[in-house]
Amino acid sequence: MSGRTDGLAVETAGLVKTFGETRAVDGVDLSVPAGTVYGVLGPNGAGKTTVVRMLATLLRPDSGRARVFGHDVVREADAVRGRVSLTGQYASVDEDMTGTENLVLLGRLLGHGRRAARERGDQLLTAFGLGDAAAKQVKHYSGGMRRRIDIAASILNTPDLLFLDEPTTGLDPRSRNQVWDIVRAVVAQGTTVLLTTQYLDEADRLASRVAVIDRGTVIAEGTKGELKASVGAGSVHVRLRDAAQRRRAGEVLRLVLDAEVQLESDPVALTARVGAGGRGAAEQAARALAELARSGVTVDDFSLGQPSLDEVFLALTGRGTKDEVAA
Amino acid sequence: MTTTAPAGSKDLASVSAESLAALLVAMERPARPSALSASLTFGWRAVLKIKHVPEQLFDVTAFPVMMVLMYTYLFGGALAGTPGEYLQYLLPGILVLSVVMITMYTGVSVKADIEKGVFDRFRTLPIWRPSTMVGYLLGDALRYTIASMVMLTVGLVLGYRPAGGVGGVAAGVALLLVFSFAFSWIWTMFGLLLRTEKSVMSVSMMVIFPLTFLSNVFVDPRTMPGWLQAFVDNNPVTHLASAVRGLMAGGWPAAATVWTLGWTALFVLVFGPVTMRLYNRR
Repeated sequence: MSGRTDGLAVETAGLVKTFGETRAVDGVDLSVPAGTVYGVLGPNGAGKTTVVRMLATLLRPDSGRARVFGHDVVREADAVRGRVSLTGQYASVDEDMTGTENLVLLGRLLGHGRRAARERGDQLLTAFGLGDAAAKQVKHYSGGMRRRIDIAASILNTPDLLFLDEPTTGLDPRSRNQVWDIVRAVVAQGTTVLLTTQYLDEADRLASRVAVIDRGTVIAEGTKGELKASVGAGSVHVRLRDAAQRRRAGEVLRLVLDAEVQLESDPVALTARVGAGGRGAAEQAARALAELARSGVTVDDFSLGQPSLDEVFLALTGRGTKDEVAA
Repeated sequence: MTTTAPAGSKDLASVSAESLAALLVAMERPARPSALSASLTFGWRAVLKIKHVPEQLFDVTAFPVMMVLMYTYLFGGALAGTPGEYLQYLLPGILVLSVVMITMYTGVSVKADIEKGVFDRFRTLPIWRPSTMVGYLLGDALRYTIASMVMLTVGLVLGYRPAGGVGGVAAGVALLLVFSFAFSWIWTMFGLLLRTEKSVMSVSMMVIFPLTFLSNVFVDPRTMPGWLQAFVDNNPVTHLASAVRGLMAGGWPAAATVWTLGWTALFVLVFGPVTMRLYNRR
């Protein structure tokens, strides 16, 4: 049996799950080191949630193998359940019950006595800033509060592995920051966190390793540094004064940066990746800007940004190539 | 830009990282709860939900009163000469019919819960698997008890005089509760099997109407055509109604009671495992 913070928390090989004709998960191999935050990044419908549900023993894999702390998720499901907690995409608490009642219910189901369950629930509600809402039914909570009570319910017994399925989707920036604080506090105490997200930014802030999933398969995996190096450290966004110059600007950028150029829906805007292969992004961007000026293209606005998930996808899958500037 | 929380909520309280860290420090995990304790905890949840949504008691209070009044005065004069005489035959039967009909709400509430995320959490807990389902049934047993009390009270007021006294009536109600608990596993199965609450409701109706009305609840089956008698005489609801009627009348309806308990065991043994298989497979 693997320990709480050494070895692998999750290990999957060739995991497959089919729903009717759709191969939601199509051969996923993952190795999640214990004691870290592991990000699973991908768009809606990529298969992230299905992977998490199989790991949390909610779905049976059609084929392949998955182990959580060395326990098989199908044959030793009960042992797995003893060590994991799941916070789903939708609040996994009873909306008709109050915050306190929810935590007492789960505390009792985890084996605490009535008094201990009540005490632990109160402490968690206070720590999560939900003390004032403790006696209110969860259906009256805001999105951020729901997410917090949901996570509180997941750490009633400090789990060895916590699944957070898109914990910040739909939250305002403030609530999102609070969730991030909680995740950091949880992992600092030795819990492994497997986080799914649509936001590269979120994976970047929290995760030490990231797997990018698309159409049910892992298309890239590594540390954040490795991933960025493979994708390009960022992108330059250029706005021109004159839409007629866009074609020319695109050609210049493609030559200078040796990268794909995307035309935005705004007729005067273009985007290109920079910094691929570890080259200095800022330096490249500066050269591109100088070259644009030299070839007579008037640039109105210019920015250097992190690659968006779209851009990561473009780089990793090569999809969307038809939108690029034709040579 | 401001983000607004629902009226009155205090979303401004922030997360306290230090107290959270203190709470997370590896705490002794308690032993897992026993099967009984987990089931009772889920039963407690069902009771809490009645507290928060008391409207759901309507079907165990107003509905049974309506049933007693309606059938007593509608059929009483024609079938037994007077409503008062008919009531002696009808009340145990209408009690059985109403409670068995109410059991079908179990499936609907199971279905309503599945649609919500809370079910996923229950299914990832290291507890005795059937306890979630048993909890529903325990909560429902409370509802059936309330329904029985209400109907017996109305019956007594209208002139029902059970020869079996308190003991006989209690035995009858107890048998009814045991049967309903077992019978409800059919509904938990449908709750897990069917796609929508509506379909759970309509399939339940299709099962419950023939089963309750084609029985000896209203009249003695001797006047029915032979093919119908064959069904009625082998209907579990008939056995249950005969047993409850006998017990409340102070008799000892051994055959009907044994039949009823046999059906009870059959329902649990067949539909319990099917329910749990669906529960695990979802």
